[in-house]
Amino acid sequence: MSSSLYVSEAVEEATQHARIEKKRLGVLFWICVGWLGLNLFGAIFANVLPLPNPLYQNYAAVNVGPSLHHLLGTDDLGRDIFSRIVYGSRVSIEVSLGSMLIGFGIGAPLGMLAAYRRGKFDATLSATMYCFLAFPAIIATIAVLSFWTPRSLIKIIIVVGIAAIPLVYRVMRSATLAYSTRDFVLAAKVQGASDSRILLKELLPNIAPIGVSFLLIGIATVVTLEGALAFLGLSVSPPTPSWGNMINESLAILQQNPWLAIFPSLAMCLFLLCLNFIGDRLRSHYDVSEVKL
Amino acid sequence: MSLQVRFGGILARYLLRRLILLIAIVFVISVGAFYLIHLLPGDPAVVILGTGATPANTAKLNAQLGLNKPIIEQYFVWIRNVLHGNLGTSFISQTTVWSTIKAALPIDVEIIVLSQILAFATAIPIAMRSARKPDGPLDRLLGAGSFTLLSVPSFVLIVLLVLLVAIKLGVPHTGVSSYVSLGTDWITNLESLALPAFTLGIGSFVVYYRVLRSDLIATLQEEFITMARSKGISQRRIMWRHALRPSSVSLLGTAGVNIGGLLAGGFIVEYLLSIPGLGYMLIQSIGTSDYLVVQGIVLVVSVGVILINFAFDLLVNIIDPRISRE
Repeated sequence: MSSSLYVSEAVEEATQHARIEKKRLGVLFWICVGWLGLNLFGAIFANVLPLPNPLYQNYAAVNVGPSLHHLLGTDDLGRDIFSRIVYGSRVSIEVSLGSMLIGFGIGAPLGMLAAYRRGKFDATLSATMYCFLAFPAIIATIAVLSFWTPRSLIKIIIVVGIAAIPLVYRVMRSATLAYSTRDFVLAAKVQGASDSRILLKELLPNIAPIGVSFLLIGIATVVTLEGALAFLGLSVSPPTPSWGNMINESLAILQQNPWLAIFPSLAMCLFLLCLNFIGDRLRSHYDVSEVKL
Repeated sequence: MSLQVRFGGILARYLLRRLILLIAIVFVISVGAFYLIHLLPGDPAVVILGTGATPANTAKLNAQLGLNKPIIEQYFVWIRNVLHGNLGTSFISQTTVWSTIKAALPIDVEIIVLSQILAFATAIPIAMRSARKPDGPLDRLLGAGSFTLLSVPSFVLIVLLVLLVAIKLGVPHTGVSSYVSLGTDWITNLESLALPAFTLGIGSFVVYYRVLRSDLIATLQEEFITMARSKGISQRRIMWRHALRPSSVSLLGTAGVNIGGLLAGGFIVEYLLSIPGLGYMLIQSIGTSDYLVVQGIVLVVSVGVILINFAFDLLVNIIDPRISRE
């Protein structure tokens, strides 16, 4: 065997190996996807599942620990903690998906368009967005929600969604910018493809992974934010359960019933961990680094 | 020499641009904070004063907000008052908003300074340790650990810490409502702020560690480090004197951006432990619908965050003057 053939084979083997390595996302990734799926399933079918009513107050069983009857125990009003956690995930999921819908629905097209068109449109829009980005978004959210009474879930979604627009805009704009001068876009232009076709068929598939990984991190941020708002008394009002509400309520009786604090915290942290992990894996899988953007 | 002069000119021009942007943002914030009152449903005067409004109180509110004038004029009445340090008087506690803020603000500053000292003092040496052997067992362990901590919100961490430290271990002065002011007894004061500072410090540590680690790894590949190594300079000296400064640009940038989130996190932690800082005041005022106090705190905190961001920006430019040339 000639040495050059050996080298070329070795190179081929190495690249093939690398390709196989790259395709794998790992067991942990799929465990996380499964856990998120389970959460989503619980949130959607909470009404149908054989769960006790999350608002039913059973004074015969107040502050009991985990048992077969009450899987994760009950709170100070005798309400089933497991059931409240499942129902509580609804609030987190609704707020995060709703606000991301607004953020991506407005921020992503604007970002892509700005990066594709460039020129004055891009300059004006980017300047405005950067001005908003300098705003402390969390404080602005708290401020608007505390004045915009009466409070409701839809108002939280609107405020958080609007706060997310400049962030989504920035990420999608820089992602599109990295691709918009590539040869395949130029080729499509030369062939006479319309702008909408280039944006949707040529650019969107390439920047979708970046968008998805940012979406997951955005959802994680909003879930945390909902928890924070619950502490400030700005989220959904009790007795409606949300993870933030539950942790907030647990403080008064931390000494008697620590389970009430531990289980919702655990539910929230696991949910966040899965989101962050999947987002991180996707980002490294598609090799999206900040430097490249 | 001429290079230095030109460099100074570029930095000055950059700073001027940033300063104009800063003024624009502060103006937008002031408009936003002013307009908050008008988000209230119905007549702001009725909502703020409640049902038991006396003529004297109504007159006072009108002097502060100019509510009987057109809205643009209202802004100028309000901003003139604010610039004179008059943020209004709470109609619930009968104290001026500014005196409430002045009493509460130092507590927030203390917590944040303590947490940042903790975060930097741990993140820098640990990131250096990690970067020395990337993908080594220690680096992997720290990577996994910091990633997990990234998913623990500060309010969850403080609840679990109070449960463990104050309730289970029974450490004195760490539980709820055990705050002692700095003037009374500084040792007890530090004890009572230990958990909040630790909680916020951990959150910052995780971020700083991850940012600095990856930058250090990149810097250590550079030729000037190889050069330093070949001269026989010790590992410690290379890390602290050669690698840290070029690697700290994004660290400081992150720290500047982090401060807004830190304040919000601090608010909740304060509220949970009944520490009478800005967060505690803010949440109480939201609860009692004391809107002028909420407005004042929002304004002061937003402007504060913007100014801190600006200061960090300045620092980054001093450390790496190349940035202002772009």
